[in-house]
Amino acid sequence: MGILALLRRFLFGWFSRKDSIKLGLYGPPNAGKTTLANKICLDWLGEEMGQVSRIPHETREIQIKEQIKIEHKGKTLQFNLVDTPGIATKIDFEDFIKAGLPEKEAKKRAKEATKGVIDAIKWLDEMDAVIVVLDSTKDPYNQVNITILGNLAARNIPVLIAANKIDLKKSNVKKVQAAFPQYPVIGISAKYGKNIDNFYSSLFKLVK
Amino acid sequence: MKNKMVMLQIVPYEEIMTLSSVGRIRKLLNLAKENKIVLLQGRLKKEEEAELIKATMEEINEDFKGIELAVINPTVENLTGLKRFKNKVINALLGNRTGFTVIGPANIVKQIKKDPNKIELLTSENTNQKNKKNKRRNNKKR
Repeated sequence: MGILALLRRFLFGWFSRKDSIKLGLYGPPNAGKTTLANKICLDWLGEEMGQVSRIPHETREIQIKEQIKIEHKGKTLQFNLVDTPGIATKIDFEDFIKAGLPEKEAKKRAKEATKGVIDAIKWLDEMDAVIVVLDSTKDPYNQVNITILGNLAARNIPVLIAANKIDLKKSNVKKVQAAFPQYPVIGISAKYGKNIDNFYSSLFKLVK
Repeated sequence: MKNKMVMLQIVPYEEIMTLSSVGRIRKLLNLAKENKIVLLQGRLKKEEEAELIKATMEEINEDFKGIELAVINPTVENLTGLKRFKNKVINALLGNRTGFTVIGPANIVKQIKKDPNKIELLTSENTNQKNKKNKRRNNKKR
């Protein structure tokens, strides 16, 4: 980590209560980052942030909602929410064709998705705190998850893991907790708002 | 039934030790692009892993779909307290040689499943078909 990033981290510690902080949403594709961003924005701004889709890599550009102010148990927290494209190690346009997209559109989506992953990684240095959104129905030991968390740790960025999709039968929050015991993990369903109050409590603890 | 050949390239830590971060990433990515499954002794730094993903994304095209990546580090994951600290100091001085890193081209390695002490490589069933298809596509372009 560069000296500037260290300095920024130090200053963040002093001024986080006063200024808006950058809260990033990171994770693999289709974990529910934008669904969670939409839930936060709907709850506190009354409008959604971005479009969601069952086809991976729907979010291919960094999206920012500024000045979100949340209130919880008499406390307020203000932040800029940064929704990032899903980080992946492979992108195959043929997967998008299988998902029903025409070839031309699939190729375009693949190209944009690669750029999105690069941008998401570049933005790591800009974050003051990060929610890593994982699909709790999937294997948490995926190397992408480990690489994201390792890079956040290397930059001393506070992390909260949101184990999403707890409304699904295959969801296993305990497995996520066992995989990453050094991080706070909160099980949520961003789609249905399940356990979202506890999520907001954890968010306050994250950036206190 | 035709036999499928998968090439495994073992890279000892000494081979990447003196290289810069960019050099390490380039070397590993080039091997993956040659359709080899790379078994690297030790592991890259966290930041290098992220840079490897970035570099991979820059190289993706119709023929190269990316990589599958897994790090297996059983001894370190079980270390606690002073032993963990000692291990970190050694790694900082000599580089991280513990464990293994597996990097496979995505058109060959469909998925890498990790258990703390073992890894399973799931290969694509239609690797040969895809390779043939890609060759045909390249010939047409020429």
